[in-house]
Amino acid sequence: MDKQRLIITGETTPSLQRFVKLRHDQGRDRWILLAPERILTPDAIAVEVLNLCDGEQSVNQISTHLSATYNAPVEVIEKDIITMLQDLADKGYISS
Amino acid sequence: MIEAGNTQETESICAVAPMGLLAELTHRCPLQCPYCSNPTELERSSGELSTEDWTRVFKEAGDLGILQTHLSGGEPTVRKDLELITRAASDAGIYTNLITAGVLLTKERLKRLVDHGLDHVQLSVQHVDAKLADKIAGFKGGYSKKVELAKWVKDLDLPLTLNAPMHRHNVEYLDEIIEFAVKLGAERLEVAHIQYYGWAFENRHTLIPTKEQVYRNADTVDEARERLKGILAIDFVVPDYYAVRPKPCMGGWGSSFITISPTGKVLPCHAAASIKGMEFDNVKDRHLRDIWLHSSAFNKYRGTDYLPEPCKSCEFREIDFGGCRCQAFMFTGDAANTDPACSKSSFHKELLQIAEKESQMNEDDFMYRKFTKQTSKADASKVDAAKVD
Repeated sequence: MDKQRLIITGETTPSLQRFVKLRHDQGRDRWILLAPERILTPDAIAVEVLNLCDGEQSVNQISTHLSATYNAPVEVIEKDIITMLQDLADKGYISS
Repeated sequence: MIEAGNTQETESICAVAPMGLLAELTHRCPLQCPYCSNPTELERSSGELSTEDWTRVFKEAGDLGILQTHLSGGEPTVRKDLELITRAASDAGIYTNLITAGVLLTKERLKRLVDHGLDHVQLSVQHVDAKLADKIAGFKGGYSKKVELAKWVKDLDLPLTLNAPMHRHNVEYLDEIIEFAVKLGAERLEVAHIQYYGWAFENRHTLIPTKEQVYRNADTVDEARERLKGILAIDFVVPDYYAVRPKPCMGGWGSSFITISPTGKVLPCHAAASIKGMEFDNVKDRHLRDIWLHSSAFNKYRGTDYLPEPCKSCEFREIDFGGCRCQAFMFTGDAANTDPACSKSSFHKELLQIAEKESQMNEDDFMYRKFTKQTSKADASKVDAAKVD
């Protein structure tokens, strides 16, 4: 088995691994990512990004979409998204 | 993104909702690892909670705010109703982690567990050498069954964590253990040095590695983490005896974690029953939420107000909560004291001396984990500890 590190670029079409669950934690009124031995608490924007990670849209497309929503420069948004997704990919939570 | 905090207030003054539940479904296990984290007084199968009990408990746990559960034991797959228990946890919205030795599972059953909502498998590994692995576990043929199970986990597209409890008999094989984890396709590896409670305490002289070995392990892990970024995540746990600061045990007593024993006792941590004089409520008698908020066991060491000096005025008080209550009890006779793992504890020097002395012993006459307890050296060892100076 030769697993490689996933490097996130603008062309990557990311999705959460099947075993990573994004769900609302009702008791604490927040979103959480459930993963093996870990609970992460993504902020509102991270949740929005993760909801767009459907394995079909590329990081470019997701960035363009959010840049229109938030009226912010696409380069800035894309850079932030890549940083966030690379961090999750290095934890093993993202597939492409 | 940040790691989860847990700050929501509930009706109790200092209790917040718990996030993790260790469900010890049974103390039965085909393996006999001499460092087992179960108490030395194992609970018999005749008193185990029923399927209905566990189903209700997981509903209560989900309502209380539990997000993750570790279905553990003993060996949880000994229970014929593990599928139904897994379903109950999963239905309550709880992320399910099976902690298994892997020697009893078939591929068909693993598939059934996945169909019942199993999210993750954590498989224990004793050694990369089959013969030594089987000797440590006191179970013949265990190693090859584990390799087989790891393959099935991957075939079923489940995430796999290998848990390698570290001690004198495998501490020099960390490179090989890491390589083994990569080869099996594991996403995570826990390089968890044994903590010396219960069975491991009884076997400390046959298990404890030297400080140099532990520190070399730390370097190996640092190097491997960098090299295997995005391929294998590695957690590393140092034995308390060689620590300078104590670990924030359970993130603080009664702050985020619950253990339930096979017969339904609700504990702030899996070793809490070792603290003499404590009483624990049972899920058969009381709602889990009520136990969490109001039981004497959970409130006894909750927060930091009870801590004496040197903790009372310590700047790390809210970081490590004075360390582990069980270890404080074991060494000082009072669970409220500072954990001797802390360099500020007056017992710390003694702890280190014991470790240095015993790590030089060349013994492997394990007292294997069994239902009938053999002899206890706990009391004798306390006397030894006092004599080291």
